[in-house]
This record gives sequence, structure tokens and C-alpha cells, in this order.
Amino acid sequence: MATQALWIRRRSFQMVYEARQGHPGGDFSAADILATLYFGVLRHDPANPRDPARDRFVMSKGHCTGAFYSVLARAGFFPEADLNTYMKPLSMLNGHPNRNYLPGVETNTGPLGHGLPVATGIAIAGQLDNADFRTFALTGDGELQEGSNWESALTAAHRKLENLTLIIDRNRLQQGARTEDTASLDPLDDKWRAFGWHVEVVDGHDHGQLLDVLSASPRGRGKPLCVIANTFKGKGVSFMHDNVSWHHGVPNQEQFEQAMAELV
Amino acid sequence: MSAAAPAKAGLFDCRDSFASTIEALAAADPRIVTVVSDSVGSSKLGGFRTKFPERMVNVGIAEQTLVAVGAGLANGGKIPFVSAASCFITGRALEQVKADIAYSNVNVKLIGQSSGVAYGELGPTHHSIEDLAWLRLFNNLKLIVPADPWETAEAIKAAAAYDGPVFVRVSRMAVPALERPAGAKFQIGKSETLVEGSDATIIANGTTVHRAVAAAKALTSESISVRVVNMSTVNPLDEEAIAAAIDTGAIVTVEEHSVRGGLGGAVAEVVSTTNPVPMRILGFPGFVPTGSAEWLFDNFGLNEAGIADAVRQTIARKK
Repeated sequence: MATQALWIRRRSFQMVYEARQGHPGGDFSAADILATLYFGVLRHDPANPRDPARDRFVMSKGHCTGAFYSVLARAGFFPEADLNTYMKPLSMLNGHPNRNYLPGVETNTGPLGHGLPVATGIAIAGQLDNADFRTFALTGDGELQEGSNWESALTAAHRKLENLTLIIDRNRLQQGARTEDTASLDPLDDKWRAFGWHVEVVDGHDHGQLLDVLSASPRGRGKPLCVIANTFKGKGVSFMHDNVSWHHGVPNQEQFEQAMAELV
Repeated sequence: MSAAAPAKAGLFDCRDSFASTIEALAAADPRIVTVVSDSVGSSKLGGFRTKFPERMVNVGIAEQTLVAVGAGLANGGKIPFVSAASCFITGRALEQVKADIAYSNVNVKLIGQSSGVAYGELGPTHHSIEDLAWLRLFNNLKLIVPADPWETAEAIKAAAAYDGPVFVRVSRMAVPALERPAGAKFQIGKSETLVEGSDATIIANGTTVHRAVAAAKALTSESISVRVVNMSTVNPLDEEAIAAAIDTGAIVTVEEHSVRGGLGGAVAEVVSTTNPVPMRILGFPGFVPTGSAEWLFDNFGLNEAGIADAVRQTIARKK
């Protein structure tokens, strides 16, 4: 998984470098979570991406397509060479994911606060059918400022959706500043507990911790699971680490080369 | 399928027709579920809840999640009918309708209840005379505005059978059952001609259709021959019927919606790019005063006399 996460970081940064746009800071904070999900947790079949029995993953932080497309390609949903078309005209690889073009995408995201509500609906469908697939959503933390998340937090807890897991990429930076300097979220774990969720707080760059909480069976808990994954934006590259300017920063050649030298 | 119970003698609340139809469909197809936002009563879904309690998802007063949960249920193989007051399911959740339903192109049926000015006395916050204008922008979202209980039932059945996103606008205003030839069929995207005529065409939908029919019949006493077309599908429009209306030389559209961006606007887009003829768009000018729905219809000329006047004036503009 460490190898896969490193590959995601390198590949997504190259995509951003070549497209001259993207969201590398959030790509890097989410890379370990995505690698753990796709190479250790999710039940998926890239040859049959709409298999009704598949686990669902909803990428609510839809702007971080560098990492998301990289992991989908790496997992086999489409050829890795297609990553070269990122954000080019007529590419399947929009700046934000589109399910109608791209295998492995469950719902179109990009505007924030959509992923958890849709994932809640998927989990309800699974609950109605007593199906054993699980549904995961990955949100940013700044994204939690959208009220739609809290609407579905109520519904998910009310319906005891133990088949639903929300992962929060808690990198503490949003586009313009720190979350706690913008519209503060702490104490974030207590908020989710108060809404009736089971909460686990982990190091979002520790694959072992992520694997433990994400692969454990949620059956019998009677609550949806919220995993607060503490991360750093720009994780893995010294000059990007915890630096708000890399939310949607684009590297020059020197920065690109330095990052690639560090990502080994 | 049983017809709706009369609200008054000879008049029907189309919500009853929606409710009986969805119950019958659900009995035959276990994939059908309903999603509501504390809107069981206003959607007339009490019977559905009694018969299929596990297949009703009530998210509480949370329209953004209401619509998004519909998208999720479709992902899980269900055919969700998402039902709430039209003003909220569209305006309050417009971005969810855009991103989660239309842009994602999922098999969700949105039911906009108590549309138009049905909540007349509650004022413009609860009027839904903008919904079609907002939703017309999503090119793949089918938009249906049934005119009476039969058409409401047929529209719901057609929506369930169609694999893709549909919005059905259901009124709570009392309407009569329209007279139709035996064997009439409903098809998404096809209008029906209820009255034949050659001097002008009235294109109407929803609660205004029976008023348009009455106006056309009244004008026969003046030897004015007026066609009445029930354009119940606003997207996609029946362009053949509009071309035929152009041949009559004058068009009046009538709708329980703003004159901006609704049926009239859609028809005008077609007319203006072909061979323009005089047109008049009847509807509400924008925010309207508080008053009963019937009072608003009368006050803004959406009654028999007002529609007939508009037809006379439009015919007078013929070249």
C-alpha cells in the first residue's frame, strides 16, 4: 500500500504539472486513504464496475481528481495511459469526476457536500435489500461546512446505517485558510458522536491504522461509522507540507523536479 | 387502475391519482420506493406508508438530502419516487437536482407536489411558479405537467417505465377530467390535441388546459376556430405539434407558471427559430400577491374570459 500511495502521489502530481491545474495539496492528503481503500478494503471488480454486489466508494471531495483518477487507473478501471488526457478536451478525465464517462465513479461530484447524502441513499438501498455491500464516502474537512452533510448525518444515524462509513480527510486546511480560522469544526469527533455515529480517529497516513478501522466488520454496531483521518495537505513533499498555497497550486519545473526527488 | 376520488362533484385532486398509481406500481414492482421530507400527507402517501412501510424513506425536513438520497437509492437498484412540495424539491435542492440527478443521469423520479399557486394564500415563498424555468435548463431531465387525474396516472406509469431522470409536476387544485377519444394513450414527449381548430392554437398544460378548452369552445360562438393542444411534456417538447400550431397563424400559451422560462418560453424558442407567428404567453408575471389560487387565476387572466381575450388579440396581430 505504501508503494501504491507513493505511485498515486507521483502520478497525480505529474498530471497537475502537465495540465497546469488541479488540487495537489488535497490529492496528497488523501493518497494514503485511497490506496488503503482500493488495495485493502473495497470489494470491487474493474471488469464489471457496476456489479450490484460491489462496495461503493463516493469521492465527495471531487476536486481531488488527480489522486482519485490515479487510484482508479492503478486498480484497473481504465488504462493508466488515459491519465495523460487529464483535463484535456474530450477527455473522460474532467476536472471533476463524471460517472457517465468513467468506470468506477458512482456519482458526479465537484460541488461540496454532495457525497455523504448520496452515499446515505446507497446505504439505505443496501439496508432495504439486506445486501452485504458497504458504502464509503470520503469528504474533505472544510467540506463539512456545507449543511447538507449534517442533514444526511441525521438520516444515517436515524436509520442505523452500519453499512455506511464516512472518512474525513482532516487536513485542517481549506482553500483559503485553516478550517479553525474560517468556520471552526472542532471538537469534530464529539460532533459526530452527538449525531449518533460511531467515531474512530486515526493517523490518515498510517496504512495499518486505516486498514484496521476500515476493514473491520461494522455489523452489529447499529451506527454509521465516521473515521476522522488526521492528515496533512501536501503530505510527502517538504515545501507543500501543511501549506495552504498548495490547495490548487501548480508546480514550476524546479518544484516538480524537487517533489519527484522527494517522492521516492 | 381506479380513478381518483372526486374532491368536489366532477372535480379531482391529481395527488390522489398519483397516490393510487404509485401504490399499484409498487405492488407490482419491488424496486419502487418513495422518498419524502416529512411530506407524507401533502404527497397523499399515507396509503403507501401503510401498505409498504419499509419502502418509504422519510429523511425529515431536509430537501437537499431528500434529492441526494434518491440518487443513492437509484445507484442501489431502486426506482425512487422523490416527492415533496415543488417549491422546495426544486428551489431548495436545485444543485442536488442538477449534479446528483440530471448531470449524473440517474433513474430518479422527482414529484413536485402542490405546484404553481396551489398554496395561494401562503404567498410566493410557497408558490412554485419558477420550477419549470429552473428545471428546463437540464436537457436530459424529462418534464411532465399532467392536466387531469387520468394523465397524472399515465405520467407516473410512464415515468416508472422510463430508465432515466423525470420530473412530474402535480397540482392540488381541483380540476375536471378532460374529455378524450377512447383509446387515448400517453407518451412522454407527445402532446394531445383536445379541440381542433384553424384560426389559432392554444398550447396549455396542467391546470390551465380545461380553461383553455372552455375558452376555445366559447369562441366558436364568434366563429373563431381555435385548436387546443395539451403540451403536458415541457421537455422534450412536441415540436411537430408546434409546427402545426404555427400553421394556424397565431399561438397563445397558457400555464400556471411564471411567464419567464416556462412552457411559453419553451414554445417561443421553437417558434422564433422557425417561421414566427404572433404569440402571447399567459401566466404569472413573477411574484404575485397573496390570494386563493382561484382568485389568482382570475386576477391574472388565466380564466376562460382572459384566455379568450388573448386569443382574439393575437389573431388580430396576424399579418
